[in-house]
Amino acid sequence: MSTTTATARTPQPLQPGVDRATTGGDLGRLVARALRREARRLDALFVNLALPVGIMVVFVYVFGGALTTGASGLDYIDFVVPAVLLLSAGYGAALTAANVAEDMNGGMVDRLRTLPINSWVVPASHVIASLVRNVVTAGLALAAAIALGFRPDAAVLDWALVLALVSGYVLAMSAIAVVWGLLVRSTQAAEAFSFIVLFLPYLSDGFVPAETMPSLLRGFAEHQPITPLVETTRALLLDQPIGNAGWLAAAWIAVAVATSVPIAAVLFRRRTR
Amino acid sequence: MDDTAIRARGLRKFFGTTRVLDGVDLTVPAGTLLALLGPNGSGKTTTVRILTTLLAADSGSATVAGHDVRRESAAVRRAIGLTAQHATVDELLTGRENLELFAGLHHLRRGDVRRRASELLDRFDLAAAANRPVATYSGGMRRRLDLAASMVAEPHVLFLDEPTTGLDPRSRAELWSVIRELLAEGTTILLTTQYLDEADQLADRIAVIDHGRIVADDTPDALKGQVGSERLVLRLARDEDLPSAAAWLSTDGDGADAGPHLDADARTITMAIHHPDRLRRALTQLHEADITVAQVELRTPTLDDVFFELTKAAA
Repeated sequence: MSTTTATARTPQPLQPGVDRATTGGDLGRLVARALRREARRLDALFVNLALPVGIMVVFVYVFGGALTTGASGLDYIDFVVPAVLLLSAGYGAALTAANVAEDMNGGMVDRLRTLPINSWVVPASHVIASLVRNVVTAGLALAAAIALGFRPDAAVLDWALVLALVSGYVLAMSAIAVVWGLLVRSTQAAEAFSFIVLFLPYLSDGFVPAETMPSLLRGFAEHQPITPLVETTRALLLDQPIGNAGWLAAAWIAVAVATSVPIAAVLFRRRTR
Repeated sequence: MDDTAIRARGLRKFFGTTRVLDGVDLTVPAGTLLALLGPNGSGKTTTVRILTTLLAADSGSATVAGHDVRRESAAVRRAIGLTAQHATVDELLTGRENLELFAGLHHLRRGDVRRRASELLDRFDLAAAANRPVATYSGGMRRRLDLAASMVAEPHVLFLDEPTTGLDPRSRAELWSVIRELLAEGTTILLTTQYLDEADQLADRIAVIDHGRIVADDTPDALKGQVGSERLVLRLARDEDLPSAAAWLSTDGDGADAGPHLDADARTITMAIHHPDRLRRALTQLHEADITVAQVELRTPTLDDVFFELTKAAA
């Protein structure tokens, strides 16, 4: 029986009340932190709030008059809305790369990893925060479109599918962004990912019909993932036949999530070992 | 219960083919402060990262607060706090939000989260800045918040990796007094530093690390005693005489370990004086060699001397 533990030098913990540790609770705290960070960054606020409205206005009023919708016979605003939705949400999702890189390259990840939590909740919290932010962003873009004269013709089920599709797209983009954010060693390099993501929708069937492009670009536009996503969203919103674009879109999202999540997990383990 | 808060045995770590740690042994009794003293790249941060479960050693073992850092990392994490070299708080959140976040992630109850954050803000003199984003804080305030964040769960063992690097003297003194308070309350602290005076001021024991090895581990006084003698510091009338003066003085070695050497600024020669007679002979030697001495100083050994002694073999 040692009595040394009763000496004055031995720490006497105050024993503050400790809640049962839940991973869900930890995730919630870190998602709240990530959202709070976004709300304090002017550039992030701009991307999430002003950009979707701005792009919608530019395409409908500035470019819309001169652009053709080709064989679809649609008004330009009806044609372009799905692409602007996905562009805005995807661009916001790409910023996840910078958020992850900032945590990894600063000291924050060290602090978080010495806490009694599962460390994978750190990147996961960025993905979930991105999902919340960018679905709201897509909603804003849609509201702007409706204010500008977009008249969707969608049933409740169609709306639910549009929500699922946009969420799936944001999830996939955010997961890929996490991979990118873990690969690069600086926040600046992480930000480069947004530009790729911003550029991709322009080379799709979203802003102008692919049939108007030179053959090389047309080949790319017809086979890249944004095209079936845009076509599915357009068909759902305007009550048109979806064809096989729906399955293609779902498959692209599933493949992107199913490959990037394990890669992110491996990279995260490697970076934190 | 064991009275040892930190025990490391034979820690080795390679980064690629570079050997960063080459068998580090450390023992820190509960409630004491050990200063891990060494230059940049000596392995201080790697040691701290292994002991705080952030990095796995290639071989060797370590226990912190009685738990194995590798097999019981969750238990170690509940017992420790870490203030890493780079600020580990969220710049965009306020001081209070940071502390509440970490308290929440330590799973304190909701009411305790708020209470604990307020306590720490008061204690670390941050109450006035509590609701400002950390990005607006000064270096000293940020360090104090970092330290407060490490104290959220009242850890038994605290790791401070170069806590005062880059701070102005006033902030440094403030941080020292906080560290002394924590020590007085019974917290065990492992502090890394490049500053000898910092180790001398705060530590119960000093472990000197160089090239991944502990080259000395003793009390500050014993380390000074190990070198054991007074130091003669000579400044010459002509700086260009310094090398030849050092060479002359070396011919009269008295078996001591601190032979004459040029100091880092290359303006003075320092040598150990193990016998008072050595001082007279040294000055005579230089006189006979026609070297004019401009200034003579005799002083007790500092930790700088200890450090020079202990690391010169490896240098």
